[in-house]
Amino acid sequence: MSAVIHPLASVLAAVARGISGVQVRWAGCRPEEKQRIYFANHTSHLDFVVLWAALPGEVRARTRPVAAKDYWEKGLKAYLAQRVFRAVLVHRGGTAQAGNREEARAAARTVVDRLAEAMGETDSLILFPEGTRGTGETVGPFRSGLYYLAKRRPEVELVPAYLENMNRILPKGEVLPVPLLSLLTFGAPIHIGETEDKRGFLERACAAMSALRRKGES
Amino acid sequence: MSTGSPGYFPQRVATTRWVPHVEDTQLAWLFGGVLGVLVLASAIGAVLKQTAKNDAAHATINNLNARTRAWWKMCAIFALTLLIGRIGSLVLFGLLSLLALREYITLIPTRRGDHRTLVWSFFVITPLQYYLIAIRWYGFFAIMIPAVAFLFIPTRIAMAGDTEHFLERAAKIQFGIMICSYCLSHAPALLILRIPGFVGHDARLLFYLVLVDQSSDVLQYVWGRLTGRHKIAPQVSPNKTWEGFVGGVLMATALGTALWWATPFTPLQAAGTSLVIGLLGFAGGLVMSAIKRDVGVKDFGAIIEGHGGILDRIDSLCFAAPIFFHLVRYFFAA
Repeated sequence: MSAVIHPLASVLAAVARGISGVQVRWAGCRPEEKQRIYFANHTSHLDFVVLWAALPGEVRARTRPVAAKDYWEKGLKAYLAQRVFRAVLVHRGGTAQAGNREEARAAARTVVDRLAEAMGETDSLILFPEGTRGTGETVGPFRSGLYYLAKRRPEVELVPAYLENMNRILPKGEVLPVPLLSLLTFGAPIHIGETEDKRGFLERACAAMSALRRKGES
Repeated sequence: MSTGSPGYFPQRVATTRWVPHVEDTQLAWLFGGVLGVLVLASAIGAVLKQTAKNDAAHATINNLNARTRAWWKMCAIFALTLLIGRIGSLVLFGLLSLLALREYITLIPTRRGDHRTLVWSFFVITPLQYYLIAIRWYGFFAIMIPAVAFLFIPTRIAMAGDTEHFLERAAKIQFGIMICSYCLSHAPALLILRIPGFVGHDARLLFYLVLVDQSSDVLQYVWGRLTGRHKIAPQVSPNKTWEGFVGGVLMATALGTALWWATPFTPLQAAGTSLVIGLLGFAGGLVMSAIKRDVGVKDFGAIIEGHGGILDRIDSLCFAAPIFFHLVRYFFAA
């Protein structure tokens, strides 16, 4: 199945690159058309658009961002998310809203099923494992979705990515962006170990992502 | 009423000049001269590339050639906007202001509470500054940023409620707007000066400022590389030497003097203004280097191949433009 590229896609990608002035560093891998899960820190609504726009066109055509259903499911945003970005919309947090443990597990499974299905045999995903936007000063704890997805598809490369300055360009609660320069660093891919437990894996993934932060920045 | 009397509506008379500057033969000579220098630089670069012996030499020459390629592009864009007329130059310099401000603000620590102030700085204050040039409102152009925006910025930050490092944050944003928007806007503002006997040729004056200023940068760099021994301020910039400074500024002054025929100046006046451009250009490079050292970076950006950021390229112009503008306005404009 070949990906259908919306004519607006490359225009919006150029706009996103223009507003964010994003400089891309491939520090641990090269952009390749293989199946991957890019996981990044989350500080701004622009994050997934910028990360998606920073990928080379042919890679971008096979990469689907994972976005919060409650934010992206209505009106123009829904059109952009589904037709242009080809986003996979999921319930935010997944596990967080469920009451007890069993329900949480079931909810997480549903989300992971949905993501695995969206990937198929060809597509990559962009994922924000913190689940919610932070202030940019620290990286929040990872939700477990990345772990379950990694378990489901252990052969897929998990590529950490770190976005800097997006919290200054469009912070939480603001409508107009300030067009500062941002930096996006892709790190070396990681895989889940056969016996690795959830907590250990999520901490390792979080460390791999945080290590990409540019040195000397507070 | 008395439309018959020339100069009764001086602004109206002057605003009729929207046609391209292509008929200006002296401007064409200036373009031709720059074109010749670029062709020569590219040819020398190509020859050097063939004769380079080791890796270090290759790296130096590749950097040189990258700089030359970037100069081709920058000259093409500048020449094109100059030919379009005043609006072309205003759009170009307005964009340069925004890009420079973006590089500057990216490097200085702002806080969440500064966001709205920055939105104002990028989308209202800077465009307004250039709009005031477009409508030739000199009085407001001269005070809008130093008086109005100066007071507005700390007020807007205070309204956001975050007092941590308040004065530093306000001052740093004010400084950025002053350098990137206010000072730089004086370069295209040359196009609204009315100089007796020079009406319609104002594009040459802008070209002259940029040419002497940028030549001074390049010549200081070249002289410094060839003969530089004594560092001026090693903590600020290890590349700035007395030999480079004196040699470069004198050469740029000689160039500016030799081009007196394209300006409203006598040769002696051209020498004086070129010297001022060179000295202020040096000051601009020095001050912006000090800021870069302070925040711990080498360049403000990486947008121009081999040069760094926009602000690295135009730091000298930000300093030279307002002084050159006021010299010309005070001594030559009607």
